[in-house]
Amino acid sequence: MANKLINQMGLPKSIANIFAARNIITAKDALSLTEFELMELLDVGMTEVTFAMAHISEVVCPPCQTALLLMEQRVRNESLAGHLPTRLKGLDEALCGGIPFGVLTELVGPPGIGKTQFCLKLSLLASLPVNCGGLEGRVIYIDVESKFSSKRLIEIGTKSFPEIFYKKGMAQEMAGRIMILRPTSLSEFAESLHRIKVSLLQQQVKLLIIDSMAALVLGEHDSGASRQQALGWHVSFIKSLAEFSRIPIVLTNQVRSQIGDESLMYSFQARSHSTKEDTPVTFDSHLVAALGINWAHAVTIRLVLESKSGQRFIKLAKSPISPPLAFPFNITASGIVLLDDNGIEMKGPEINNIHCQGQNALSNYER
Amino acid sequence: MEIGMLPISASKRGKLLAAGYTTLHSIATTSITHLATDIEVSESEALEILNFATRNSALERSSGSNTNVIQGGQTAWDMLNEERFSSSITTSCADLDNILGGGINCKEVTEIGGVPGIGKTQIGIQLAVNVQIPLDYGGLGGKAIYIDTEGSFMVERVLQIAEACIEDMSEYSHHFHKDNQAYGVKMHPNSILENIFYFRVCSYTEQIALVNYLDKFVTEHKDVKIIIIDSVTFHFRQDFEDMALRTRLLGEMSLKLMKLAKNFSLAVVMLNQVTTKHVEGSFQLTLALGDSWSHSCTNRIILYWNGDERHAYIDKSPSLKSASAPYSVTSRGIRNSTSSSKRIKMV
Repeated sequence: MANKLINQMGLPKSIANIFAARNIITAKDALSLTEFELMELLDVGMTEVTFAMAHISEVVCPPCQTALLLMEQRVRNESLAGHLPTRLKGLDEALCGGIPFGVLTELVGPPGIGKTQFCLKLSLLASLPVNCGGLEGRVIYIDVESKFSSKRLIEIGTKSFPEIFYKKGMAQEMAGRIMILRPTSLSEFAESLHRIKVSLLQQQVKLLIIDSMAALVLGEHDSGASRQQALGWHVSFIKSLAEFSRIPIVLTNQVRSQIGDESLMYSFQARSHSTKEDTPVTFDSHLVAALGINWAHAVTIRLVLESKSGQRFIKLAKSPISPPLAFPFNITASGIVLLDDNGIEMKGPEINNIHCQGQNALSNYER
Repeated sequence: MEIGMLPISASKRGKLLAAGYTTLHSIATTSITHLATDIEVSESEALEILNFATRNSALERSSGSNTNVIQGGQTAWDMLNEERFSSSITTSCADLDNILGGGINCKEVTEIGGVPGIGKTQIGIQLAVNVQIPLDYGGLGGKAIYIDTEGSFMVERVLQIAEACIEDMSEYSHHFHKDNQAYGVKMHPNSILENIFYFRVCSYTEQIALVNYLDKFVTEHKDVKIIIIDSVTFHFRQDFEDMALRTRLLGEMSLKLMKLAKNFSLAVVMLNQVTTKHVEGSFQLTLALGDSWSHSCTNRIILYWNGDERHAYIDKSPSLKSASAPYSVTSRGIRNSTSSSKRIKMV
């Protein structure tokens, strides 16, 4: 949209030539200058500039839809109005059907808590035939840390859907739909993203999993501006990928420990805080998600996996469509299993905190 | 140089100076044909320059007895009368409405910022639904424009909030107009969804283009009463190397939005993200887009966590007192907080 050429927009010849003469070729060039600057640069009056910019803006502007149209499109074209069911009843109910299409869903938690297990189950669910509740499509699994285990995938499949997997050749067909990529650097990842974008519609890809986003970004740059910039570009690109293809994208993220008293406040809070007497600071040591606050704004749904007093929980820390619920879970041979479908409602910012207590053998699971 | 005030091209300005026209008065007192021959332009162009010059030189003439001295100006008394009838859009949370003086005001640009998950999109969606509350129920009966830059607009949630709003209206009419059949609520959630115009913006170029186009769009849809931009920050945070350019573009965009708000008497709500700022040796939270952006809005509301409760704080406003009010996000949308201490804290 932004790269549309000005001379193809139907502007009167005279003004279109003036734009070209000053090397303003695409709409982006024109819109990246204020109207006053354009007036000075092009040596034309304000009325002509305003007229030309109004015309260009109308061409470049995204189409208008109504919310009703969006809803009707989704109900009509997409399974479950645009959700991938996780087969975890409580979670699916809270998420209005499952992992939503077209947005980024993040899984964050300490190592060994079950993020990759969740991703394996999701890739299986997406490859299942539609009559079994799946999307019957291909899955692209970006495995940065080489954690993907096909053996485990088949095990989850046979234990969760025995009626399908014992049929001859089904296991091969299911597993054959999952494509694993192992980029070793951020630039290689960016390249594969471009290739994925091209083949998304042709290849019937229904799910993209990136495990883990943090490993990809944190390994490359030192912290600071360059990392934020690199991350920013990738986030925008992945988001637009999700939207234009209307598929769910699931990313995993790491945790880091809280540095000092990181309860950040606004300036007006700081003022009133200092006048009150010091409230006792609770030294509840916990972790926070990596990748920063910019990233936290960019993901639409954040699922926090944690372990508190020996029990694992999956929490809906950020979701525009769900109440703040925490579900206890275990990992069994058939993947993640919720212990209680009702969930515990959590108040306040507590739901964002990530605990890692009482888990000595996090990577093992009950058989 | 007064000629510099005219919105004409640099070369025309140069010609005016070369021909000896150094003041607006000198242009205003000449005839079109003389001007045209002197600076070698067509008669229509000369007429245009003359019109600009006479409009501007009227500003210099001062006559004490005239009340409408300056073209385009308004006396404060007239504005006060206008403001009395100015409408506001409820947020569905009585405490929040109180500190806002009734709700989100039309003719003003309000910025709402906060950490992820605090409820910015929720408030945006609630306002897009509430603007449609019919006049009989104290609303504006208008339509909404929702500009989505991050993809956070989830239709399922809009439906939930729309249904809850209609239920609340039915309950209200049931209590107050028990005998009057005419007050039955005839709205359907689908009609509420139909009145929300949705634009998905994928780059800052599209965002600027859309704000430019809104003038034409709102002229064609005069019943739009609120424009929500969620979020205004997102595209301007990714790879902008030239920060000075970013400031200029944002400045121009916010001026256009203010003009829209004033000309069409609608409310503009901009949702913003947060970032950290290093102040006096420690890190503090602040709204994104920099210090110069903080001047771009009329009112600024910051949403934050106060213990386990969500609060809204009026950070900047020309007419409202700095105050804080609790609110909550429920399955029905934004509502009053259920805590027992409902005192509004005056800061």
